[in-house]
Parts: sequence; structure tokens; C-alpha cells
Amino acid sequence: MGYVVEVHNLTKGYKEIKSVDGVNFKVKKGEIFGFLGPNGAGKTTTVRMLTGIIKPDSGKAYILGYNIQKEPLKAKEHLGVVPETSNAYVDLSAWQNLILTADLYGVPKKDAEKRADDLLKEFDLYERKNDKVKGFSKGMKQRLILAMALINDPQLLFLDEPTSGLDVQSSILIRQMLLQLREKGKTILLTTHNLEEANKLCERIAIINKGKIAAIDTPENLKKMIKKLNTIEITFDGFIDVQELSDFPEIQEIRKTGDKFILNTDNVNNLISAVTEYAKSKDIKIVALNTLTPSLEEVFIELTRRG
Amino acid sequence: MLNLYFNQFKRSLAIMRKDILIYYLKGPVIIFGILIPLFLFLAFLTGSKNLSTDFLISGLIGMTMLFTATSVSPVITPWESQMNTLERLMTYPISIYTLILGDILASVIFGTLITLVPVIIGLAIGVNIIHPLILITGIILASICFSALGLLLATPPTNAPSNVMMISSLVKFPLVFISGIFIPLEIMPFWGKAVASFSPLTYFTDLTRYSLGNGSYYPIILDFTVIVVFTIIFFALAVKIHKKTLPMRI
Repeated sequence: MGYVVEVHNLTKGYKEIKSVDGVNFKVKKGEIFGFLGPNGAGKTTTVRMLTGIIKPDSGKAYILGYNIQKEPLKAKEHLGVVPETSNAYVDLSAWQNLILTADLYGVPKKDAEKRADDLLKEFDLYERKNDKVKGFSKGMKQRLILAMALINDPQLLFLDEPTSGLDVQSSILIRQMLLQLREKGKTILLTTHNLEEANKLCERIAIINKGKIAAIDTPENLKKMIKKLNTIEITFDGFIDVQELSDFPEIQEIRKTGDKFILNTDNVNNLISAVTEYAKSKDIKIVALNTLTPSLEEVFIELTRRG
Repeated sequence: MLNLYFNQFKRSLAIMRKDILIYYLKGPVIIFGILIPLFLFLAFLTGSKNLSTDFLISGLIGMTMLFTATSVSPVITPWESQMNTLERLMTYPISIYTLILGDILASVIFGTLITLVPVIIGLAIGVNIIHPLILITGIILASICFSALGLLLATPPTNAPSNVMMISSLVKFPLVFISGIFIPLEIMPFWGKAVASFSPLTYFTDLTRYSLGNGSYYPIILDFTVIVVFTIIFFALAVKIHKKTLPMRI
């Protein structure tokens, strides 16, 4: 398995407080890896250590096989980074910002100009390429910053809150771009507060809380970690006696809200079979049956509350 | 290894271009670069009738060099930090040497070009340049030296350019008064000469005076050597301290 990010026991403290405390994780080649956590959980500090901006107090991080502490320049050559608080140079045009970034990555002039042209078109900024960035909207600035992070055709992208505070159109455009980049085999480490975004984009998610990793898994597996997955919601087209239902051995807890029954169980499969048989025997039709999946938000709240 | 240094130097040139476009090519920056030393010079000129034009022009050249080469370089880093461009700059594959060298190169170009203004004024009012090569070499070396000083002044980890400007003024103005610009080194008391010897501006003013046909107080080779030594010290200190303070700015 090819890992492009390997983090071993990364620790960073400010004064007495450990903002990142022994963090370990690995990111596979070609995946979008989400990094979630509440404010002050240590996400940005971790990303800053992984991008060589700050040094850890202890631990190691390998980026594309390079030790980021010992060989930062080699690792950075292949990275694209959108930091949490970043801006393009507002006194330069979109084109000048892109070419400056290309120069700082050492991209040959011809390649840089072609890529700048392509990226401006992809991010819907081509018409404004010669305008100073100070006249751009927040969404346009953020699209430009992402384009700047892609000018060197990086293998690995670090995106810290790339859609935070953006209009819907820009957010959608950026998310589409991220999916396209994954299709091209790029690896993306995405820090976000937007759980729905993480749910839709990420193959795996790490939840960090108080400087420690609370969980790492796929969004679906994370959802299984809390009780709500073992719940079904069912609606019948006739009268059902709650007492009869509560006698089912598969049902641990029963609630009725409106015309729906909410049934808690430790065996969803057996419960569905039993309830279907029961409805048949009573000659009552099942109008709707849903297994209730917890939202990632609920998982997030549960895991960060435990921490 | 040579290829690595060459690539990093090319990236320093990119930093230099960025600095020139964003920070130096501004009307007020250019005008103030000329006006401040000129006003200081005129204020001094009205109060001292006994000094020769050669002496005064060499002082003006020295002041202009100091003020222009240290005018913008100290505030670039706090500005970048305040404008949220510093963090991304730190993610690029450039070393701290590359970053500082780029800032210095921009400042050197600005300092050198603006310093040519008092040289031209001097020529216009009849001052002769006896040793032009020494003057040109001196201007280039001094612009590197004072630009490195400017980068050293940028090291306090504050994101407010006004704080750095204040610290910078606290260093620059005393340097003007102790460096033999207004009072020739020859007539200074012993303690005055001792203090002057710690200022790189003293040696630049001394070699400028030599270039304009006045005698130099120190041997010219010593002037050059001391400027180079100051440059190395300022650059090394700027790199060392920036390495420590840059992450504190974000």
C-alpha cells in the first residue's frame, strides 16, 4: 500500500498546552482524507507541521517519502497548499499571482503559462486574468488560491477549510474540482468544518479532538460507531398495537412519532423480517421502512463529546 | 548541489520581482526615499556654512543610501503577515536564505537607483567624482549591507508594520548622527570616533568622500572590508532570527 503521508507520534505544544498530542495516521495515494475537529482541536497545527511551516516538538512526518523536517524543500516541491488564512497578493493580477507561484515552484516558463491559462479557465477566472485581485469577491479569491496551489501539478494537496465562508456556486465548483483531481490520482488532505462536505468527498476521515485522534475510518464505518445505526423507522397503513410490537424480542426500545414507529434493535435484519411477517399476518401494508443512519454530524458530536 | 543553489537563486529573483511590483513601485515610497534625506541635508546645510560642497554631497549620498535601503525591507515581512500572504509563502519550496536574499535584492536595486539621485545632483552642482569605480562599488556594497540591516530590523515577531517602523527609526536616526555625516571624523573627540567606528555608515561615507576627492579617514581597503563584514553579520543574524520568529507570525 503506497502511503503519501505518514505521521508518527506528532506532538506540538504552546507553553503548557499540547495542541497536538501524539498524532498518528497515514494517507493512501489517491484518496481524499478528511481531517475534522472542533475549533482549537489541533487540525491547523497538524497541517502546518505537515507542510513544513512549523516544526514539531517530537514525532516524525513523511510526506511523499521525504522527512518533512529534514528534507522540507524536496517534499514541498510536490505539494500544493491552501492554508487556513491565506490570501493572494491583492496588488497583483490573477495572472501575475499564478506566474509568481510557478516561479517559486521552479515551473519552466512555457509550462507555467500554459497551466496558468488552463487553471484560469477551469476556475472560471479567465475573463478577469489581468485584473488586480483586490477587486475580486471572496469566492473568486479562493478559486484563485486553489489554482495557485495547483500550478505545479502537485501530487499531494493540503486544503485547510477551502470552502469556508464561500458562496454556494464557488463551493460547488471547488468540490467538483476536488473530485476531478482525485480521478487524476491526486491525494488530498482536506481539513473542514463542513461535515456534509467531508461525507461526500472523503474516503476516510480522521476526527481530532483536544490534540488527539478520536477516530479514523470511512464515513460509513464512523457512522456505525454510534447506536443510531441500529434503528428503523416504519409506517403502516393500518392500526398497530404498540404493546404487540414491544413484545418482539428483537426490539429493545420503541417510540411512536406521528404515524411512524421508531424501533431500536441490535439486529436490524431480524427485526425487519419479523416486522414484515407481523404486518403480513395482520394484513396490513408497510407504507415506508427506513433504516436510520446517523449523520456524520452526530458521529462527530458523539466522538468529540467523549474526548 | 550547484543546481540546487542555482534554482534557489532563481526563486530569490522571483521574490525580488514580487517585492518590487508590490512594495517598491509606489509613488510615495520613491518620493519619501528621496525627500527624507534631502530635507535632513537642507536643514543641516542652512546651519553649516563652513563645510565644502564635496563634504555635504558625500553626506547626502550616505544618508540617502541608509534611508532608502532600509525604508521598505523592514516592513515587508510584517506586511505579508498582516495581509495573510506569509503562510502560503512559507509553504513554497524556498529556504529562508532564498526568501531573505530576494527581499535584499529588491532593496539593493531600490537603494542603488535612488542613491544615484544625489550623485547626479552633486555632478550638476559641479562636484567631481575622482574615483568613480570606488564610488560605484561602494554604493553597491553599502546597499547590500543596509538592505541586510533592514531585514535584521524586520525580525521582531510583530505583525504591525508601524511597530517595525518605530524600531527602524530608533536605529536609523542615531546612525546618521554618529557616522561622520554632519561632523567630519577628523574633528570628532576620541569617544565620538570610537562610537562612529561601530556604524557601517561611517565607512561608506568615508569611501564616498574619498571618491569625491576628499581624503579618507580610514584606508579605503578597510572601509570596504568593514562594510563586507557588517553585511555578513547582518545577513547571518537576519537568517538566524527570522528562522525563529517567522513561525511566530502566523
